[in-house]
Amino acid sequence: MGKHYIPNSAHKEEMLKEIGFSSIEELFADVPEGFIREFNVPEGKSEYEVFMEMNEILSKNKTVLEMPTFLGAGTYFHYVPAHVKYLIERSEFLTSYTPYQAEISQGMLQALFEYQSLIAELVGLPVVNSSMYDWGSALGEAALMTVRLHRGKRLKFVVPKHTHPERMQVLKTYTRGANLEIVEVKWNDRGQVDLEDLKEKVNDAAGVYVEIPNFFGLLEENIQEIGEIAHEAGAYFVVGVDPTILGVVEAPGELGADIVVGEASYFGSPMNFGGPRAGIFATRNDPKFIRQMPGRIIGMTKDAEGKRAFVMTLQTREQHIRRAKATSNICSNEALVAVAAAIHIASLGPKGMQELGEVILKNTAYLKKRLSEVAEIPFDGVNFKDVLVKFEKPYQEIHEHLLQKNIHGGYYVKPHFPELGESALFAATETTRKEWIDALIDALREVL
Amino acid sequence: MFRQAKWDEPLIFELSRPGRVGYTLPKPIEDIKVDIPEKLRRKSKLELPELSEPEIVKHYTRLSEMNYGVDSGIYPLGSCTMKYNPKINEEIATHPKVAYIHPYQDERTVQGALAIMWELEQWLKEITGMDRFTLQPAAGANGEFTGVMIIRAYHLDNGEPQRNEMLVPDSAHGTNPASAAMAGFKVIEIPSNENGTIDLEALENAVSERTAGLMLTNPNTLGIFEDEIVEIAKIIHKAGGLLYYDGANLNGILGKIRPGDMGFDIVHLNLHKTFSTPHGGGGPGAGPVGVKEFLKDYLPVPLVSYDEKSGRYYLDYNVPKSIGKVKELYGNFAVLVRALTYLKIMGRDGLREVSEIAVLNANYLTQKLKGTRGYSLPGKELRKHEVVFSAEPMKKETGVKALDVAKRLLDFGMHAPTIYFPLIVHEALMIEPTETVSKEELDAYVEALKRISEEAYTNPEIVKSAPHNTAVKRVDDVLAAKKPIVTWRMYKELKEKGEVDY
Repeated sequence: MGKHYIPNSAHKEEMLKEIGFSSIEELFADVPEGFIREFNVPEGKSEYEVFMEMNEILSKNKTVLEMPTFLGAGTYFHYVPAHVKYLIERSEFLTSYTPYQAEISQGMLQALFEYQSLIAELVGLPVVNSSMYDWGSALGEAALMTVRLHRGKRLKFVVPKHTHPERMQVLKTYTRGANLEIVEVKWNDRGQVDLEDLKEKVNDAAGVYVEIPNFFGLLEENIQEIGEIAHEAGAYFVVGVDPTILGVVEAPGELGADIVVGEASYFGSPMNFGGPRAGIFATRNDPKFIRQMPGRIIGMTKDAEGKRAFVMTLQTREQHIRRAKATSNICSNEALVAVAAAIHIASLGPKGMQELGEVILKNTAYLKKRLSEVAEIPFDGVNFKDVLVKFEKPYQEIHEHLLQKNIHGGYYVKPHFPELGESALFAATETTRKEWIDALIDALREVL
Repeated sequence: MFRQAKWDEPLIFELSRPGRVGYTLPKPIEDIKVDIPEKLRRKSKLELPELSEPEIVKHYTRLSEMNYGVDSGIYPLGSCTMKYNPKINEEIATHPKVAYIHPYQDERTVQGALAIMWELEQWLKEITGMDRFTLQPAAGANGEFTGVMIIRAYHLDNGEPQRNEMLVPDSAHGTNPASAAMAGFKVIEIPSNENGTIDLEALENAVSERTAGLMLTNPNTLGIFEDEIVEIAKIIHKAGGLLYYDGANLNGILGKIRPGDMGFDIVHLNLHKTFSTPHGGGGPGAGPVGVKEFLKDYLPVPLVSYDEKSGRYYLDYNVPKSIGKVKELYGNFAVLVRALTYLKIMGRDGLREVSEIAVLNANYLTQKLKGTRGYSLPGKELRKHEVVFSAEPMKKETGVKALDVAKRLLDFGMHAPTIYFPLIVHEALMIEPTETVSKEELDAYVEALKRISEEAYTNPEIVKSAPHNTAVKRVDDVLAAKKPIVTWRMYKELKEKGEVDY
């Protein structure tokens, strides 16, 4: 089946004859004997049959539209304006590849240049690449970049212990080949980076990392101080940021960051069970930094007639030219996800970005206030999206009860941080509704 | 005659008019005052554009009109497998039951998603002859990194830390050496012979007790089947190394030959190449990695498993020697959905048809173009899914380079081949038509290349100054690198200083 995608299925004999071959087998004459075999997979089906089959499988998913869901912890239910989806599904964007031929790919190139530009405005650093795979891989790349900036003479990277566990795991895999030591800094009694512990561990670090907000959903109050401690020790300062906060919180570039990483797909993409995503990667406008940057970068230039044009640039850092000496192995990135993010950010504009931050802060505050009526909130401070809640009962019991009430509770953190006991992260965004939270609190009262 | 849309489309920042909004947000649940600490409150200007929704839609529609995709015409970019992306894939992948599920949901509420991943893995196992797959890697290079990290972990586990050399043919994709280097390996390049395949003697001489493995694509980047694969596998395995399959070129053998049967121990696939998911202007892709039984304990976590007793799919974190994670969560799920949709439609018969017609198309083009003045055909004549011609004779005789040929092709509304790759062919034109183009498109492509050859010998200027019919004329990439402007912010600064006139 699937011959409706393969026009020349109808012309095999004719084409073979025209080039002097007698059969398809002859085209595979160079394959050693015994390798060609019959595969044990089902026969093809019609599009309609597969449409029905996939719908049937998918019907076994319960979406957040069907069940109030308080999961966050790095993946959030944001509403994506309908026009974003329509625009990125335009097949000239969707079915193109990396814009190697600039002249015929100006649309994608300009859209990616605009993505880089919009991210630069948000994060406050002027040099941005056109995406990494996700926040976690961008963090891994950032750590490796700090080592390169130190010419491999420093092999330590300092991170908060309460870095998002997914990102922490990606960071460790990414840096193992470079023999980088990942050193963890404790959190203090307010769920924030312990500055004294940081000062003890920062010596000889290539880089120091911190997240806005942190894994507990808290705004770290000492971002600048952490940056200063890093810089005094000669380390580079890497900040990971949820960009939806940047309408209300100062740009990390203004807070001293040398490299900013983060998740762009919070704009423009639905959750999609966790992927695709797009990693933000930004740095200073300094040749020393730019030369060590990973990933594709789109630049502005002019064409033969002096007209403005766009092109992939600074490619001598990349694998297809530099091979084993490249700054990264990345080739395919997350271009379309980045363009979706750009369209969403442009649609929000400065006012929308600020409003988005405020609505999320307020909704999170409301969720936190209501949760505090029934459970312990171990850390005070300003929360954005996630709120850490500590229960006296095993969380699994609570989760089961909520699920029976058609409510999905939060993210159980004990497997990652046993010292926090029966804790879970509950999250709100601009999409969270009052009746969902009210139902959650009612259900929690029943079980607690 | 092809004429690409030519909008003088300003940057979105330049279209901004104060006061316009492009989207209305919901109101907060309750107007609670939240105080962000003074030192963290945003004080720097947030210079984002202000436009209404219709303006935004027009802007990006115009940009899309200045872009060329598989749906626009032939796109024979070698080693990229730019095949048609069936629309049913999009229909399924943008389903609310895909879009609106959270990765940390209770497994009982996402059985559909886990079933899709599990079923996709079963297909990929049979197609490659591997025993277990991770679907986590986001792209081919991310898959390669996964693979070489597994090789690293395997040797360390066996008490052989001295195995720190990764062998890579000189015709390999750039990502191979880059991925190996990222995993901490020393990269050893293996030369090709005059047939365009691996030089066995050189390989014999390169292997030692330091050999970790060999990264190989078969068919290779010249489109030639490595017919000594049995010997290659023997040499590597005898030396104690592992054989890694770069799946970029799987389209040439799909449904007929399995990497696992050829002796490969690890495989990465590119779902955005072989399995028809759209390339999206450079991504998202997906790069699943499959391994033979003896390596499955090293795969990234979590795997997707099926519990027969309960009839339930689950995320399996019980992978004792796992290399960890190479990407957050479980992979580019929406891409996986597309690939499974495609596989179900194609089936055993369709997959075989894919490689047979892809190979027929490549050989048809090879034979039709062969002998045209200015292009030579290095290596063996019989190709699989792609072919590499050299424009070296043309360059010597007329000064017209592979780059010029590529740019001139754009004028005919055709995408250029991959150029200057593989590195072992001078002035390379690497053409991969795929199975989804028609005979007429192939004929027209050959005609265009022949016409360009004629032009090169009679009126080379028209080729050297190409393209003429695209949205912009030849782009100055030297200037782009010399004076980097990669954001609006950088542009404005230079513009204010009077350093740019564009």
